[in-house]
Amino acid sequence: MVFDILSFGFMQNAIISGIAISLICSTVGLFLVLRKYSLFGDALAHSAFGGVALGLFLGFYPLWAAYAVSILSALALTKIRQKFDISGDAIIAILLSSGIAVGIVLISLSGGFSIDIFSFLFGSVLLVSTENVIGILGMCAAILIILIIGYKKFMYITFSEEQARVSGIRVEKLNYLLIAIAGITVVTSMQLVGVLLVSALFVIPNVTAMMFKRSFKQTIILSMSFSVFSTVAGILISYPLDIAPSGMVVLLAITLFIGSLVMKSAGMIKTTGILAKRA
Amino acid sequence: MIVDISELSVSYDGIGALEKISFGINKGDFLGIIGPNGAGKSTLFHCMLGLHLEYQGTIKFFNKDIRKSEEYLTHIGYVPQKPVVDRNFPATIREVVSMGQANNDPDMVDEALQKVWMHELADRRIGDLSSGQQQRVFIAKALVSSPKILVLDEPVTGVDIHNKDLFFQILSELNSKEKISIIWSSHDLDAVERLANKVACLNKTLFFHGISQEFFSDEEMMKKYSETSMQMHMHHH
Repeated sequence: MVFDILSFGFMQNAIISGIAISLICSTVGLFLVLRKYSLFGDALAHSAFGGVALGLFLGFYPLWAAYAVSILSALALTKIRQKFDISGDAIIAILLSSGIAVGIVLISLSGGFSIDIFSFLFGSVLLVSTENVIGILGMCAAILIILIIGYKKFMYITFSEEQARVSGIRVEKLNYLLIAIAGITVVTSMQLVGVLLVSALFVIPNVTAMMFKRSFKQTIILSMSFSVFSTVAGILISYPLDIAPSGMVVLLAITLFIGSLVMKSAGMIKTTGILAKRA
Repeated sequence: MIVDISELSVSYDGIGALEKISFGINKGDFLGIIGPNGAGKSTLFHCMLGLHLEYQGTIKFFNKDIRKSEEYLTHIGYVPQKPVVDRNFPATIREVVSMGQANNDPDMVDEALQKVWMHELADRRIGDLSSGQQQRVFIAKALVSSPKILVLDEPVTGVDIHNKDLFFQILSELNSKEKISIIWSSHDLDAVERLANKVACLNKTLFFHGISQEFFSDEEMMKKYSETSMQMHMHHH
């Protein structure tokens, strides 16, 4: 039956782009989660929703508008946060509600919710055309290359901005780059997963992976594995059941999280988190 | 002279934190910077490390004004005040030491860890270590880029005595054997007397800078230091 499903071109597109999206969401998400920015993906997704509505309202291709709005609002709010010393959670709340507010106003002005808007809210395998797959793969490859090249610096900044700055790393520039990458990741992912659930792929696989208390590299690999499994299995299961794949993807990610919690409570996860002996 | 600080003044919202501080550091110096809480030690360090640029006066490292070039930072290893390490941060000691390094030379990381006697624990996670062990890891991190100067801002606050002694022994060896100049702020006068060859005594202004033995053998100076510390303590409470 799996092979029957995979024989459809649109499912192949969804699976291929789903794997690529899972890889970047888990990698970008780890940096955000470790910076206590878990909800930033959610806020970016909501601002991207405002961008989609703006695109539809003005007659642009909605995804380009979403990219522009998501990146610009992320950069602007990061700047505002630094300059006016506003806390991260407050900024996230502002970004989240303004994206939705802009979206609602523009959708109302343009005559109400359409099928396009619902597709972006909940994600759709049908949204991913072959051209989209090429775009998604290109975007994901570029993001992964940037993260692989700069990962030691991104990791250092995430660990300690002060120490990273003293070691000569251009912290502000790299912070802006990471935030812009997060914005691009959100918009790239929301075609498949939807605005409402995209941040789940940023957070849940990473929190699950962190329970295994491994090294940074191993944590990223674990998180990627959980993310890819949830996405591929979610798409495959949702199709015959005729349900939105995003919900199933996130439910599977949550199942892995709960399973890991149970295994950890039962002492079944072997971690390296042993208290070091005093040297 | 490898560090030259001249007429350094800093104020926050009109309140002076440092007033016209001037002193120099020579190659090979082990300088202990002492002073009560609120004396401006951290402010001085932040200025020297380029973290705070709103100051009057000049700071030169290797004869270059730090406002004009950040290149000097590549010659500095910095160990912050006991850092708050998130216990859940997924990084091993080896990963922490190699963070931010452009060249990925595992031998240099191992060598740095050996100097602080942490190489056997290299694959442990940083969050699983005691605070004293974490500080030794941060020295290794500072050493991995072969610095000419180590800057340590009250590095052993809250560290147990055993790890404190190990820490001091490491600093002493780095200074005497590796010829690394050390700038170290501390409340621990006994340790400063034992380790540092130079002392800078700070309380917004610099009221002593010179040979360590001269400071600690000068009863008048010690009395003045105690009075100032007490005044600052009363002020804080």
